Amino acid sequence: MGRRVSAAGTGSGPEAGTITRVSGPLVEITGLHGLSMLEIVAIGPERISAQVVAINGENATLQAYEYTGGLKSGDRAERSGHQLSGLLGPGLLGTVFDGLLRPLSSAPLWLTQDRQASAEDPAVLETEWGFTPSVKVGDTVQPGQVIGTVPEAGTVEFRVMVPPAVAGVVQWLADGPVHPLDPVARVDGVEVPLAQQWPVHTARPFGERLTEALPLHTGQRVLDLLFPLPRGSAAAVPGGFGTGKTLTLQQIAKWSDADVIVYVGCGERGNEMADVLDGLSDLEDPRTGGKLIDRTVIIANTSNMPMMAREASIASGVTVAEFFRDMGYDAVVIADSTSRWAEALREFANRNGDLPAEEGYPASLASELSAFYERAARVRTLGGATASVTVIGAVSPPGGDMSEPVTTDTQRFVRSLWVLDRELAYSRHYPAVSWRGSFSRDAEALARWHSANGDPLWARRRASATLLLSEADRLTALAEIIGTSSLPGHEQMVLLGGRLVRDGVLLQNALSPNDGYSSAEKGSALLQIVLDVVDACQALVARGVPAADVERVDFTPILRLRENTGPTDADGVWAQGRGFLARLQQMDGTGPDRPDHGRATESSGGIDGGT
Amino acid sequence: MAAHDGTQNPVLPGVPVPDPAGSRSEPALSVPRVGYSDVRELRGPLLVLGDADGVGWDEFATVAVAGQPERHGLVLEVDGDETTLQVFEGTEGLSLGGIEVRFSGRPLAVPSGPGWLGRVCNGRGEPLDGGPPVTGGAPTPVGGWPLNPVYREPPQDPVLTGISAIDALTTLVRGQKLPIFSVPGLPHLTLATQIAAQATTSSGRAFRVVFAAMGMTHADIAYIRDRLEERSAAGELVLLLNAADDPVIERILTPRIALTVAESLAYDHGSDVLVVMSDMTSYAEAVREVSAARREIPARRGYPGYLYSDLATLYERCGRVQGREGSVTIVPVLTMPAGDITHPVPDLTGYITEGQVVLDPDIDARGIYPPVDELSSLSRLMRSGAGKGRTREDHLDVAAQILSAMARARSAAELAELVGTAALSETDNAYIEFRDVVEHDLLNQGRDELRTFEQTMTRAWQALSLLPRRELNMLSAEFLDKYLPGPVGGARL
Repeated sequence: MGRRVSAAGTGSGPEAGTITRVSGPLVEITGLHGLSMLEIVAIGPERISAQVVAINGENATLQAYEYTGGLKSGDRAERSGHQLSGLLGPGLLGTVFDGLLRPLSSAPLWLTQDRQASAEDPAVLETEWGFTPSVKVGDTVQPGQVIGTVPEAGTVEFRVMVPPAVAGVVQWLADGPVHPLDPVARVDGVEVPLAQQWPVHTARPFGERLTEALPLHTGQRVLDLLFPLPRGSAAAVPGGFGTGKTLTLQQIAKWSDADVIVYVGCGERGNEMADVLDGLSDLEDPRTGGKLIDRTVIIANTSNMPMMAREASIASGVTVAEFFRDMGYDAVVIADSTSRWAEALREFANRNGDLPAEEGYPASLASELSAFYERAARVRTLGGATASVTVIGAVSPPGGDMSEPVTTDTQRFVRSLWVLDRELAYSRHYPAVSWRGSFSRDAEALARWHSANGDPLWARRRASATLLLSEADRLTALAEIIGTSSLPGHEQMVLLGGRLVRDGVLLQNALSPNDGYSSAEKGSALLQIVLDVVDACQALVARGVPAADVERVDFTPILRLRENTGPTDADGVWAQGRGFLARLQQMDGTGPDRPDHGRATESSGGIDGGT
Repeated sequence: MAAHDGTQNPVLPGVPVPDPAGSRSEPALSVPRVGYSDVRELRGPLLVLGDADGVGWDEFATVAVAGQPERHGLVLEVDGDETTLQVFEGTEGLSLGGIEVRFSGRPLAVPSGPGWLGRVCNGRGEPLDGGPPVTGGAPTPVGGWPLNPVYREPPQDPVLTGISAIDALTTLVRGQKLPIFSVPGLPHLTLATQIAAQATTSSGRAFRVVFAAMGMTHADIAYIRDRLEERSAAGELVLLLNAADDPVIERILTPRIALTVAESLAYDHGSDVLVVMSDMTSYAEAVREVSAARREIPARRGYPGYLYSDLATLYERCGRVQGREGSVTIVPVLTMPAGDITHPVPDLTGYITEGQVVLDPDIDARGIYPPVDELSSLSRLMRSGAGKGRTREDHLDVAAQILSAMARARSAAELAELVGTAALSETDNAYIEFRDVVEHDLLNQGRDELRTFEQTMTRAWQALSLLPRRELNMLSAEFLDKYLPGPVGGARL
């Protein structure tokens, strides 16, 4: 895509050069003068896209975005005059693109290199859209201002904006159907097309960054209650294989309360992309009534697709999110996985003969990562709206080694870190977010927000839960040496409490219709009830009830509370939880007269006192 | 391409080359007339050829020396008029003179289609069974093209292997890639061949099997042929054998040929195909050897940084395609050096594949077959391939409950080793007994024993009945009432 963007390179040299060297994605050319860095060059008979990464006299080094099989020394290389660009217009939502933002839905079954010819996809360019102006001829408009909408573009209203550098009086407005590249308005002599071409490596401009912290509600309790993320912030999810990284990210894509999700599958599994597509197409968005897929843009660059397009896919994803941000929406970019992108950088640097820094990665790794995560922001847009881009990146540390360069560099640039723990995953505790290694640097600011928005106890609950979990971890280590029964009663209750918080609150069954998503109110209610139950247990032990008796209580009603109430049913949690709590508090510790504990079913809700 | 011969038909700089698409329909192994003989360097498996304009990257070539069998190579780099080839049979015995290299003008291609069924070939696809060369469908490049993810059908039908450890707890799904992680000495080949011999779709259809052996001993190869004799006799098996003493670099080709054959059987001929690739560690070593010869900067343990992408181009060729019948299911087998799951080969494999089946020497030592470490094992696609309408309504919850209980049992057992079983709570002791029963009655089975899914689930519920009902909090009351067998050792409940 992208034939008219950007005046990169105005040199007057010949428009074609020749290839001198091909080594996988690395291609060297000679004879093209006036090339600029990052410019796209079309190489070989298939005219595949390659990006300029180094220039030396009349020679240049390119990274090719496609399979380079068959390219020969002496093949033609043609300059394009523009950088890698994406066409940002109606029709993005609900569609699957490759890393270069070409629609995959209109591409053939097998992605051969000759699809380059169809890069300017006729299926996109020939689609007609209705345009409804929201300004009048004669109005004065500013950069970023919304001048109209495209009604049929889905449940998320598509807004047409004045491009960043354009301002002045509206001289003409389109009437009737338009194609993506057709003008919809003329502003001060400049034609404003329906869709904008934008170089994906350039961040889109905005008015100013905003610092106030508003939570992004993800619907995943461990994140919302313990490690929250503000809108317009960045989070990373490091986790070895099998720790449920992808499933956690998919849950966030499904349930977080953003307006637009951009899901970038970067060097990951093809079946997974099919699954994301399938899952989102089936699910209804509770807020708009449309399908979740209609608020989602999927960029799929699977692990067997050309490696260098991974780098482009990340940049394309953020650019699309920024585009929706500029319309005034809260967008979330989910990139799975940034490690595969870093590997592509390493692979190329290696072929290019660059000196390696750590583990073969190029010295620029940290700056590349920070440039990506810093495109997250909550801003006042040029058009004056408040909107955000939140970035969530997965990290796949080799061998689960958290000291490897991509993980350590990433940690420095994110506000929240959600570490996935192999031990938790092995015991099927999902989401396997570790409460030890994870952090949220904005928890205090978000606590103030919760306090001001009707939940003054949010911070206290979080502190109690964190303390309980870390105490329970410490005592578990101790109990492994001396045995649980040797611990004093109140410490046994801490162990029990840790288990209740883990299994009753943090554990979340992604497949369950009741438990897969949890509203903020339900999450808070669950945690509060469990903390109250733990307090009650402590009170029982303090009153002289043997710890072993309390441990034999059937806590199933509490542990299944999350499953037995609807995703937003906080009242149900309170009602059922308080009932259990009341029965628990009546337990007197004398033993024989307690209700039968035999085959208590959850529906009976009875307290099982054990023998 | 039509003319590879730089001397007679030089490609002028800056002149567009005619579109080569037309030339692609020529037969696969037609090799142009003029060869190149200016060999400048021989290093490990690499051959550097000079004065060879017009050679394309990734082209297939033949390397001929008078009086020796023909060798084969692939272009790794084109630099001006110099071309670097990797020679699959190695460069042993070659000298700079007397070599003639011919380029085919395209990547290596093999005939597609059912002509491969029932055949036994070497790692390059040449017959070992005394038959004629495999012929058949259109020549297909062995590298394959990436499948457009939009056309993928998410895998969701279970593969019934008749092996409880897999069917119950790490269900294999049609179109999945599920590797077996093992260590030398464990029965991973027995397990892989048992899967290959017994697997059927949920409707009872058997799989066609493509077995790619890389760097395997002759004894292992004989064992595989023996175990799969029935499939072979039925003409449902393709064997591609690269033995431990065969050329190392040839192993880079073997899985690619296997997958190309599998894709053609699946998507053009509607078969369900199971591809077993063993041993992926030997494959990765061949990749490392080429990388080292090219003096590339290594990432971890000498393996090249692109090993992930290289493995992905193999493993990602599994799947199902919308509107087509067949499927490709891949079971790679790999041995973890020193049992280290963080070694690059299992680690990168685990990042690409949809789960893993991990074999454990301790469990093997307890006499359990298959010695699957269920807690380290995982089938990521199980959630879409099992449960109501796929296997049985209670399957996913039962599996989750067993695994969670096995985790609890493991920590109880560790505690028991320190403080003795007498110091454990009743509940913890129940967990330890539960684990024992799971291992011996559910997981353990005969090497040729085929269990129906119902039999497997009955055994699973029997094991669960050993735990106090209040511990079974991942199972709904409905399932407990319906499936939990009557009180066993009721005193404890």
